[in-house]
Amino acid sequence: MSDSVKLMDVAIWRGDATGGAYEHFEVPAQESQTILDVVSWIQQNQDANLTYRYACRVGMCGSCAMMVNGTPRWTCRTHVKKVLDGNKLTVAPLRNLPVIKDLATDMDPFFDKWVEAEGVHHPSKTRDDAIELIDPKSSARVEANTGIECINCSICYAACDTVAGNTDYLGPAALQRSWTLYNDARDADKQGILDAVSGTGGCHNCHSQGSCAVHCPNDLNPMKAIAGLKRATAMSFLKNGR
Amino acid sequence: MKKTHRGHPLWFSYALHRASGLGLAVFLPFHFYILSMALTQPERLDYFLHFAENPLVKVAEFGLVFGLAIHMFGGLRVLAMEWLPWSDNQKTLAAAALAVSFLISVTFFLKAI
Amino acid sequence: MLDIRLYMLQRLSALFMGPFVLIHIAVMIYAIQGGLSTGEILGRTQGSVTWFLFYAMFVIAVSVHSAIGLRVIVHEFLGLKGFALSTLTWTICVVLLFMGGRAVTAVTML
Repeated sequence: MSDSVKLMDVAIWRGDATGGAYEHFEVPAQESQTILDVVSWIQQNQDANLTYRYACRVGMCGSCAMMVNGTPRWTCRTHVKKVLDGNKLTVAPLRNLPVIKDLATDMDPFFDKWVEAEGVHHPSKTRDDAIELIDPKSSARVEANTGIECINCSICYAACDTVAGNTDYLGPAALQRSWTLYNDARDADKQGILDAVSGTGGCHNCHSQGSCAVHCPNDLNPMKAIAGLKRATAMSFLKNGR
Repeated sequence: MKKTHRGHPLWFSYALHRASGLGLAVFLPFHFYILSMALTQPERLDYFLHFAENPLVKVAEFGLVFGLAIHMFGGLRVLAMEWLPWSDNQKTLAAAALAVSFLISVTFFLKAI
Repeated sequence: MLDIRLYMLQRLSALFMGPFVLIHIAVMIYAIQGGLSTGEILGRTQGSVTWFLFYAMFVIAVSVHSAIGLRVIVHEFLGLKGFALSTLTWTICVVLLFMGGRAVTAVTML
């Protein structure tokens, strides 16, 4: 019954760092179909040159985020039915990141900021020490746990207007990572973390728009983590002058 | 309007805070200039205050009072969110700030007309 | 563009201004009844040390707060940064302090 197949009008952004435009494709609608399925169908059936990025297809790796109808989403876990606008879909590369080609963005600035925000573990013990016992019920551990399901997909970074206006701003994901480590009993450089998020691109640039929390596919709340960093840094500033 | 990453209550609250802050900052020099006329040209200040009886100016004043109130109450919500223990009901608090500001500015408007 | 020092200055000036704004709004609602006149305003404020201190502190806090707020907006919307941005921040603060100081002296001093 080929004549009963509904065709969707899918606009895909094509181009590179120097610019580009939307190209329209007709894609057969199916009963159960994700945005990633649509993009893959186009690449397999209409234009083998279409460039995009994905890996796990099950919402764990954080590779496949794109702008879908103006909103950043994980495409492998976004059903077409949920976002189809009439008969139209618009898929574009993630906002706030340089484009490599088509739907693939350069994630380097995003990950560089994790390092800048001291999003690395600062060990308090050597391999010769006994493993530290962590009380899962302690308030710091409970707080740290709220941020550990981050999959580094950069959706919050793409959703944030503060990132868009302020290129130095570390962004929601990196700052949430700092907050998680700050609350980790095993981390040995808490002041180092506070110093790293107190510079010109630090947590204090956040305007609490909350788009990070609204769009996080894992329902995390980076805005809350950043508020925690602001509280901790303000206390540190009043006590120690930094 | 096309849906984007922005269409949600706390983003709206941010936009209101920014717009009111910008508006107040731009208004301030004019406010100061007109008040300083009390020293230099009292008759011109009186002329201005008389001009403020115009209904359109009253509506603009309502806007100013609303802007001042929402910037303060919205700002207090942000300060509380940042410095007091976390509370999950930020949307409710933002709506409350809006409601209180509207109440205050309407009170001003009713007294002004 | 906002480090911890500017952030603290922004938040503390805001916190400090809270009561001032509330009183300012209350005075506005009270004074607007029956219209405003130079005589009425000066009758309330002229020669009053209390109003002088009130408005002087208010002007200082609002100049600092506005300068930092505009700094953020100019950076995010217009992309100004570095020395130019700092110069602009300071200029806004000084101009507001000067104009505000003139207004305060005009309405409170004899």
